[in-house]
Amino acid sequence: MAASETPAAPALSNDGRIALSIILNGQPCEVAVAPSATLLDVLRDDLRLTGTKKGCDMGACGACTVLAEGRRIKACLALAASYAGQAITTIEGIGSVEQLHPLQDAFIRHDALQCGYCTPGQILSAIALLAEGPCDHAAIREGMSGNLCRCGAYPNIVAAIAEVAGL
Amino acid sequence: MSAPGFGYVLASDVADAVAQGAGPGAAFLAGGTDLMQLWKAGAKAPSRVVDISRLPLAEIACADGRLDLGALARLSDVAAHPGVARDYRLLAEAIAATASGQVRNMATVGGALLQRTRCAYFRTEGMACNKRAPGSGCGAMAGESRQAALFGASSACVATHPSDLAVALAALEAEVEILGPAGSRRMPLTDLYQLPGVEPEHDTILAPGELITSVTVRDAARLAQRSTYLKVRDRASFEFAVVSVAAALRLEDGVIVEARLAAGGVAPRPWRLGPSAAALIGRAPGAATFAIAAELAVAGAQPLADNGFKIELLRRSVIRALETVGGAS
Ligand SMILES: Cc1cc2nc3c(=O)[nH]c(=O)nc-3n(C[C@H](O)[C@H](O)[C@H](O)COP(=O)(O)OP(=O)(O)OC[C@H]3O[C@@H](n4cnc5c(N)ncnc54)[C@H](O)[C@@H]3O)c2cc1C
Ligand code: SF4
Ligand code: FES
Ligand code: FES
Repeated sequence: MAASETPAAPALSNDGRIALSIILNGQPCEVAVAPSATLLDVLRDDLRLTGTKKGCDMGACGACTVLAEGRRIKACLALAASYAGQAITTIEGIGSVEQLHPLQDAFIRHDALQCGYCTPGQILSAIALLAEGPCDHAAIREGMSGNLCRCGAYPNIVAAIAEVAGL
Repeated sequence: MSAPGFGYVLASDVADAVAQGAGPGAAFLAGGTDLMQLWKAGAKAPSRVVDISRLPLAEIACADGRLDLGALARLSDVAAHPGVARDYRLLAEAIAATASGQVRNMATVGGALLQRTRCAYFRTEGMACNKRAPGSGCGAMAGESRQAALFGASSACVATHPSDLAVALAALEAEVEILGPAGSRRMPLTDLYQLPGVEPEHDTILAPGELITSVTVRDAARLAQRSTYLKVRDRASFEFAVVSVAAALRLEDGVIVEARLAAGGVAPRPWRLGPSAAALIGRAPGAATFAIAAELAVAGAQPLADNGFKIELLRRSVIRALETVGGAS
C-alpha cells in the first residue's frame, strides 16, 4: 500500500492544530485539524462533506464508512491525523446526480432504503465488498454485517448489491 | 461525549516509538479502533497519542514451518495471506469471525491482543469499575454478570478478555516479541496477560513504552487440516463471543497424537484448556473421548448470578469443536 511509506510528520501550527494533507475524492486537500479529531468530524464539520453520516460514533453502526486507499474503514474510529497522505473516498466522490454510481442506481431501483441515513455507509461498504468478490447472497449478508439499517431495508440492500455483483 | 483532547505525535521509527511511549500519559495508536472507543467512553484519557501505524512492522512471513506476524499487520491482510489461509486456517477463521470488514481493515494484530474488556461497566463513565477507576468497586459482580468470567476472576474484577485472535493464537502456542526501554523480550502469548487479582487495572505485564513488535507461531501447519474456531454469539455476525473454542488435532492411525484447545469469553485472558487437550492424547476421536475433554474444560468453573449458562455452553462448544476437527478425513 503506497500510503505505508512514512510521511513527513504533520506540522503543528501555533494554535495546536495539525496541518493534514489527504487526497479527498481525487483532489489534494489541506485542512487544519485538532490532534484528537476523528476523520468523521473533519469530513463533516471542517470540510462540510455531510454525506458521511454519524450514527453511533462508536464503530457499531457503519453509517460513517468511507474508503481509505480503497479499503473500507469506520471514520468515527479513525484518528484524522493518522490518515495523512492517504486517499479518502466519500459518498460525494463516487457519482453525481447526472451519473450515478451503479450501486446508487441499484439502491434506488431496489428501494434499498427508507430514511436513507445508513445509505452512504452501505454504498461505500458495498463498493469495497464488491472488490473482495462475494460469491453468493450469504457472503453479501456476512460482508455487510458492519452496516446496520434501523429501517430494516436489509433484503433490498442485499438484492441491490447482488445485482451489481452479477449474482 | 466530549472527552478532553490529546496531543499527537507520529513515531518516526521503532526506537522513537518506545521512547515516546514511555512518557507520562502516552498511549500507542495502531488502528485506533479500541483506543478511540475507550477515549470517547472516558475509559482512557491519554495526554498524548503516539501513532505507531506507519512503523515497518506490518510484514506477514510464512515460511520454514513458522508464521511471523508483524504487530502492525492488519487483520484483513493476515486472513487474506495465502500462507495463513493454507497453513493457519484457525487464525483465518478467528479473524473472519472478528468484528466487521471495516474494523478488520483498521485493526492490527498487536491491537487485537491488547484490546480491553467489553464489560459494559468498564466502558460506561460513572459506573463502579475497579479496572477503570481502582477502588470504585465492581459493578458487574453486583449487577449484570452475564458476560462475567467462569475462571481466573478475582473479587476485584470478573471481566472477560474479548479477543478472538488471541484465543486462536493461544491454542497455537504463539509467542510475542516485545521491545521496550530495557531491551527486547519474548514470551508465550498467554504470559503476556495477568489475571486481575487485586490490581485489575493492568491487563498485561507490559511496562510503559513497551511495544509488541511481532507474534510468532511455530510448527502448526501440521494441525491445519483439523483445526477450527467456533464462536458462539448473540447474533450471527458482527458480535463478540459469548463463548468461543479454538481446537486443533493431529491423528495418526485413528488415534489423537496432538491436541490444542483454548476458550474465549470465559476468563480474563485467552484460556487454554490444557487438561482437556492432554486427556485426548492416545484416544480415538468419538463421543466418549470428547465428553471427557468437555467435562475437564468446565471443571472448577465459578459462576456468578447470570453466567452459569456458560458452563453448559462451554461444555457443548468443546464437544462441537472437537466433532468438527475429529471426524473422518
Ligand atoms: C464495532 C467493533 C466490533 C468488534 N468486534 C470484535 C470481535 O468480534 N472480536 C474481536 O476479537 N474484536 C472485536 N473488536 C475489537 C477489535 O478487534 C480491536 O478494537 C482491534 O483489534 C484493536 O486493534 P487496533 O490496531 O485498532 O488497536 P488500537 O485501538 O490502536 O490499540 C489498542 C490498544 O493496544 C495498544 N497497542 C496497539 N498496538 C500496540 C503494540 N504494537 N504494542 C503495544 N501496544 C499497542 C494501544 O495503545 C491501545 O491501548 C471490535 C471492535 C469494534 C470497534
Ligand atoms: S468486571 Fe472488571 S471491568 Fe467489569 S465492572 Fe467489574 S472491575 Fe470493572
Ligand atoms: S458512526 Fe461510525 S460506526 Fe456508527
Ligand atoms: S434506510 Fe433508514 S437506517 Fe437504513
